Amino acid sequence: MNVLLNGESIQLPEHVVLVSDVLKHYEIHDKVVVVEVNGEILTSVEHQSTRLSDKDKIEIVHFVGGG
Amino acid sequence: MNNRYSRQELFSPIGKGGQERIFNKHVLIIGAGALGSGCAEALVRAGIGKLTIVDRDYVEWSNLQRQQLYSEEDAKNRLPKVIAAKNRLLAINSSVAIEAIIADASVLELEDWAKKVNLMIDATDNFETRMILNDVSQKVGIPWIYGACVGSYGISYTIIPEKTPCLSCLVETVPLGGLTCDTAGIISPAVNMVVSYQMSEALKILVGDLDSLRNKLVSFDLWKNQYSAIQVDKLKKVDCPSCGKERSYPFLSFENQTKTAVLCGRDSVQIRPSSQTVRDLEALEQLLAKQGGTVQRNPYLLSYSAPPHRLVVFKDGRVLVHGTKDISEAKAVYHRYLG
Repeated sequence: MNVLLNGESIQLPEHVVLVSDVLKHYEIHDKVVVVEVNGEILTSVEHQSTRLSDKDKIEIVHFVGGG
Repeated sequence: MNNRYSRQELFSPIGKGGQERIFNKHVLIIGAGALGSGCAEALVRAGIGKLTIVDRDYVEWSNLQRQQLYSEEDAKNRLPKVIAAKNRLLAINSSVAIEAIIADASVLELEDWAKKVNLMIDATDNFETRMILNDVSQKVGIPWIYGACVGSYGISYTIIPEKTPCLSCLVETVPLGGLTCDTAGIISPAVNMVVSYQMSEALKILVGDLDSLRNKLVSFDLWKNQYSAIQVDKLKKVDCPSCGKERSYPFLSFENQTKTAVLCGRDSVQIRPSSQTVRDLEALEQLLAKQGGTVQRNPYLLSYSAPPHRLVVFKDGRVLVHGTKDISEAKAVYHRYLG
C-alpha cells in the first residue's frame, strides 16, 4: 500500500500491515517512538493492533539522547 | 543605556515589557556541549538576567566542529567547558550574571538548583540525567525543555508541569542503547535547529506568552528532508509515576542512579565516587608522577596518561577514563591508579 510517512509518499511492501510492522521495516522497533496515524496518536500497545490502510498519513518520532 | 536589545524589543510579541521580564529571569542549562553552547549564547545575547550552566566535562578538539563557544585555545588548555563558556559568554554580554558549575548534575544538586530558577534547559547527552531532570521539574514545579540530536536528526518537546505530559509519560522506560554521537556522529545544523526550537520556546516562557507555545513533539531530519510535529497530549498518564496523581518521582531515588556513565561522542567512561570528596590534585600529581606516564595539571583537573588509557581527575573526585567504552575496564583502570 501507499502511505504518507512523515510527509513523504512511500510504497510499503505487502507484508507490512500493522504499525508495528512499519517500525520493524524501518528497523526502529527497538527504539522509543511516538506514532500518529491520521492525526490520532497511538499508545505503545496500539502499535501491535493498529492496521494500516492505503493513503494513511503516518507520523513517527523517535527519541534520541545526544546533545 | 545602549540599544543592544532594540531589535528584540521591536518584535511585538516581546516588546519592551517582554525584554524587562527576560532580564528578571534566571535559567539553568544542564550541559555545556553542543546544545548547551548554542542555548547559552542565545540566552545571553537575548539579555537573560542570570544564567547557571552546569557541565562535568572539559573542552577537547573533537568538540570544536559544533560547540560554538569554544576555541582552539580552550582545547589546548583542556579548560572545563563551563569555565571556557563563561569566559566567552561574558565577552558577549558582560551584564549577564553567569554561574559556572563544574559538576555532574545529580539528584541532590539538581533539586537545589531548580528551586532557584524559572526554567531548565536540557542540553545533556544522556537519558539518565533527563529522567532526573524530569522528576525534579515535576517536584519543584518549573518547566523544562527537552532537546536532543544525533546525526542530522533532532527532537524537542516543552514540558510544563500540571499541563503537558512529562517525559516519563512519553517514553515509559529509559531508552537504552541506540544511536549516540559516538556511533552516528553529528552535524552542526542539526544542533542549531534543536537550539532554535528550544530557544523560541524558552523566550515564550520567559516573557510569559504561554499561549504561543508549540505544544507538539517536534522532530526533523535535515539530511533526509523530513519534519514531523505530533500533538501528544493524549499520552499524559493519570498514573504516571513522575507526574500522575500518586507520583513517587522514581528517578530521584538512589537505587535508580548509576555511578558510572559512558560519555556520548567520546571513547570515555565517567566514574563518580559514592561519597563527595575533594581531591588534592597536587598530592595526586606527585603520586602519579612516580608511577611513570605523563601527568599534567591545571587549577581544575589533572590529566594522567597511561597508554592505552588516559585518566582525567576533577577536584570533586570525578574521574574520566578515556580510551574505553567498557565500564568494568574503566573501573579497573580507576582502581589501579587511584585506589
